[in-house]
Amino acid sequence: MDHSNTDLAEVTFHHAPGGDETVKRIIKTTVILSVITLIELALGFGIYYMHKSPDYSHNLVLFIKGVIVILSLLKAFYIVGVFMHLGDEIRNLIMTIVVPLLLFVWFIAAFLWDGNSWKVLRNTEGHSKPQTEQHQVAPEAKKPGGVE
Amino acid sequence: MATAQAQMDTKWWSGGKSPFNVEYGKLMMWYFLMSDAFTFGAFLISYGTIRFSQNYWPDPNHVFNAFPFAGHANLPLAFVSLMTFILIVSSVTMVLAVHAGHHMDKKGVIKWMAWTIVGGIAFLACQAWEWTHLITGEHVVMMDGKIQEIGTTVTKNPWGPEIPGLMHEGHQVYKPGPVAFGGYFFGITGFHGFHVLSGVVINIIMLLMTINGVFDRKGHYLMIEKAGLYWHFVDLVWVFVFLCFYLI
Repeated sequence: MDHSNTDLAEVTFHHAPGGDETVKRIIKTTVILSVITLIELALGFGIYYMHKSPDYSHNLVLFIKGVIVILSLLKAFYIVGVFMHLGDEIRNLIMTIVVPLLLFVWFIAAFLWDGNSWKVLRNTEGHSKPQTEQHQVAPEAKKPGGVE
Repeated sequence: MATAQAQMDTKWWSGGKSPFNVEYGKLMMWYFLMSDAFTFGAFLISYGTIRFSQNYWPDPNHVFNAFPFAGHANLPLAFVSLMTFILIVSSVTMVLAVHAGHHMDKKGVIKWMAWTIVGGIAFLACQAWEWTHLITGEHVVMMDGKIQEIGTTVTKNPWGPEIPGLMHEGHQVYKPGPVAFGGYFFGITGFHGFHVLSGVVINIIMLLMTINGVFDRKGHYLMIEKAGLYWHFVDLVWVFVFLCFYLI
């Protein structure tokens, strides 16, 4: 593909090898994304049914939510790396995008910690009272008046 | 792709070559998307902060369990899964459009861009239904000492804990839920929906430009690629909005 247009005299193009190989890669990535989504949904349903059963383990649910978050990050990796072709760009360009986004690690941890701390402070009135069990379970999943 | 290796020994910063061997518009689109990622990230993280700070938060599987034309059936996660798949598929058709552009295949670009636009409009229609259902739904709540039937808005939230034993005309009565729920849900999904809408508009413009042979004359379909980056970003944001509001 010769792009000898004056617009692009300063950029050298090296396109994907052949039509078929790239399409195969696209389909493979699509399948991966779909499978990951289905796994996430299955885990989501798992959490839903766990809420309904009596032996509800708070920590197990948190662990499953953590797994779901990691699966979503994996989806992000595939969408950005393959669909948006960032994986095919020059390494330094990839770094200028990825490195600032690492700030999110601090961002998420710090603010969720803050939110939790605020809840504890409110419940204990500034640590002046003991924290009693405040966890309220969501109501049974039914529509008011609907036939269950 | 041989891009990275082949350019290792080139002096990129002595002029005459585009930095990172990438077109200016594409690089700037990447940096705009990074800034937008921080904006969405800030909204979602502030949502997480408020949610973590509350003793009670509505269970998404209880709030979002409706499906169009399914009446009062209890179908948690079903409709939002459909929306997620619609957006993923439209992302795939967008990749195929960009791929067709690389091979100067005008007919291919037209076909795949058209499908991407259809996917985008389908997603917006689904989101409109979801909003309408949430706002106009009537739920029995004990507020201000009176039993009222309200929907979810930015000022009212009927999704609170049950009031044990209190019934009204055969329906369970609830306390109001945290009012931030509506503001965050409508605000963040609305901001995302606005991005989908602008993405659809951009894609329609790209389609029209393709049909009119603008890219054939230029000799490259780079504009389609840039529009593609924006569209994939929109899909990516949805992955995380779906995660934060519906899944975890």
